[in-house]
Amino acid sequence: MSELLQVRDLHVKFVTPDRTVNAVNGVSFDVKRGETLGILGESGSGKSVTLRSILRLHPEHRTRWGGSIKLEGDEVLTMGKSALSDLRGQRVAMIFQEPATAFDPVFTIGHQIAETVRRHTGKGEADSWSRARELLEMVRIPSPAQRLKAYPHEMSGGMRQRAMIALALSCNPALLLADEPTTALDATVQIQVLLLIRELQREFNVGVIFVTHDIGVAVEVSDRIGVMYAGKIVELAPVEQMVDAPRHPYSRGLLASTVHDGMRGQRLEAIPGAPPDLAEVPTGCSFAPRCKFVQPNCIVRPPDLREMGGSHLVRCVLADVQEAGVAA
Amino acid sequence: MDSLLPLEDRGGPAQPLLLATGLRKHFPVAGGLLGRSRKVVRAVDDLSLSVAKGETLGVVGESGCGKSTVARLLIRLIKPDRGTMVLDGDPVDEPHGITVNELRRQVQMVFQDSYASLNPRLTIAETLAFAPKAHGLPAAEARARVRDLLDKVGLDPANYAERYPHELSGGQRQRVNIARALALRPRLVILDEAVSALDKSVEAQVLNMLVDLKTELGLTYIFISHDLNVVQYLSDRVLVMYLGKIVELGSVEAIYGNPQHPYTRALLSARPSMDPRRRTKEAPIQGDPPNPIDPPSGCRFRTRCPFAEDVCTRVEPPLADIGTQAVACHMRVVGSGHSKAATP
Ligand SMILES: Nc1ncnc2c1ncn2[C@@H]1O[C@H](COP(=O)(O)OP(=O)(O)OP(=O)(O)O)[C@@H](O)[C@H]1O
Ligand SMILES: Nc1ncnc2c1ncn2[C@@H]1O[C@H](COP(=O)(O)OP(=O)(O)OP(=O)(O)O)[C@@H](O)[C@H]1O
Ligand code: SF4
Ligand code: SF4
Ligand SMILES: [Mg+2]
Ligand SMILES: [Mg+2]
Repeated sequence: MSELLQVRDLHVKFVTPDRTVNAVNGVSFDVKRGETLGILGESGSGKSVTLRSILRLHPEHRTRWGGSIKLEGDEVLTMGKSALSDLRGQRVAMIFQEPATAFDPVFTIGHQIAETVRRHTGKGEADSWSRARELLEMVRIPSPAQRLKAYPHEMSGGMRQRAMIALALSCNPALLLADEPTTALDATVQIQVLLLIRELQREFNVGVIFVTHDIGVAVEVSDRIGVMYAGKIVELAPVEQMVDAPRHPYSRGLLASTVHDGMRGQRLEAIPGAPPDLAEVPTGCSFAPRCKFVQPNCIVRPPDLREMGGSHLVRCVLADVQEAGVAA
Repeated sequence: MDSLLPLEDRGGPAQPLLLATGLRKHFPVAGGLLGRSRKVVRAVDDLSLSVAKGETLGVVGESGCGKSTVARLLIRLIKPDRGTMVLDGDPVDEPHGITVNELRRQVQMVFQDSYASLNPRLTIAETLAFAPKAHGLPAAEARARVRDLLDKVGLDPANYAERYPHELSGGQRQRVNIARALALRPRLVILDEAVSALDKSVEAQVLNMLVDLKTELGLTYIFISHDLNVVQYLSDRVLVMYLGKIVELGSVEAIYGNPQHPYTRALLSARPSMDPRRRTKEAPIQGDPPNPIDPPSGCRFRTRCPFAEDVCTRVEPPLADIGTQAVACHMRVVGSGHSKAATP
């Protein structure tokens, strides 16, 4: 697996006359071809902003950037117009929670997928349509030949989601960005789509970044999981290590407070309080006001992301101590 | 002591708090030639349920299966096409029974959308005092009740009473919605996806609070959610719906430990695994739920059921009591004609 994407110390700040939002405050990670990185975090933690930064989708005039995003060596943050449109249309594809935004309601699904195929491969009309049919088949849409002629509103939610995946893969991207693509789906449909994404990822050998607030979903699809809090990745580890032995107090709290099988009758371990206001640049650990292990040096300066062995990274002053089992 | 007192239990502990029989709600759908289409969404179809005093009844099912419509029927936000309701022995909206207004004092509801449910121009204190005042509680007593309600849901009255909804977080707003539902001292609270929009760490806070409030105030809950784990955590009994119908109903142990209906089984095994070493290998069922406008004949699940046979197309399976739970599937009806059913 070769390095596909490198994000280093990414900062994203939105500035308007009446307020500033420090949405992403120093995020670093890599994604290889053929691997899935799950990004897990609560509402407002900066998951979508991080993801959309890779396509530079934020309003240019009021977004302040810092750091670096490199796709196969090319710097995205300073990329020119034509390279950027190449990036958006060909090298990186994105799927979202709401497929309605991916499709134009006035054209058929087939027209839109065939059009993308034609643009990217220079194939003729007939070949593009037959590729579109293949793609619908690949995402398991029943009777694909007929479905090519359907308009987006004529499909069920699950079917539209599959069609959006087909559209995303139609340009043969190197990197697929998935922003909660199954959150709005029913349970029995969600699992089908998750398995489909897992399978297509192997088949197309794409790198995937899968953003979700659902631990179970992250566990189903990810090779590694990064936990985000207040615009930072506070812990990054292979999925087994993250589930078996989370190190950061926030990741631990998140896992402990998630209700699952066999917790009936037990009192839940809730994390007190709520996430911080993103108007201020954090001076110390952003989790300090809610952390039961907080100590004086936590609020002096933001803790660094430290390597705990086995590519397990933790952003907490206690990381070493916990390793020794003291705070466990 | 104030003048809006908690309501007494009347019929004794064994009498169901709420009994609904044969509830039906079909919504006409617009469209068709000249708008004269006679199509309907069969949102809730001949559904009967009872809620015991002090229990939590969980309601699960996929989007559009009719969970919210059931809730809205139970508090009469919408009128049923058919069906009757009895609240602790009193028929609802019938000559010798109780009025819809009285029902709405005793049965309250909390919705998912914490923001849309609150009036943005009223302070939290004004919102919470509104219903008690409308029911004739004097101003001083209403103020005391507001403080008490905020205390109960874990919001410091000195800090929160004078705030507006936009000055609260999602979790805090949902606490206010719960406080408002408790303002008239109801006996039954219907929670419709009440924690679904909250982050996990905040959801845990609110779930703990709901457990505490139930004990402290002797409440009964109907807990509606698409999150099977949360329903399992809170409920004593669970009702599983599919396209406007009950497919299975039983104790939480029976439904989660020994599900009988093929749909219940599929729903439970569609839950993402929390163990990376035992990921889901195969989706339990394929396809999407069908359109509720034209539900399949016979058993509504037959288009996705791996066990469907001829009888499933022709005959609607009754909700049959099998001891531990009730199941609507021909495989569990003696003599139904399904090859897996027992013969009489
Ligand atoms: N274009 C924008 N202008 C100003 N603020 C923004 C913009 N986009 C996002 N934000 C803010 O940045 C912060 C991070 O948002 P983001 O959408 O990344 O959160 P998220 O982790 O994806 O949350 P969710 O789970 O709710 O989708 C939030 O406070 C959000 O309001
Ligand atoms: N006022 C209405 N007019 C027409 N159709 C309606 C109306 N209210 C609900 N429906 C339809 O009735 C069916 C049941 O809806 P309901 O909201 O009860 O489902 P639900 O189980 O609560 O779904 P969800 O999990 O998405 O909240 C759906 O098909 C819905 O579109
Ligand atoms: S750095 Fe300090 S406050 Fe932050 S998570 Fe670690 S122990 Fe808690
Ligand atoms: S009645 Fe038939 S179709 Fe319905 S669940 Fe049972 S076996 Fe399946
Ligand atoms: Mg987001
Ligand atoms: Mg609903």
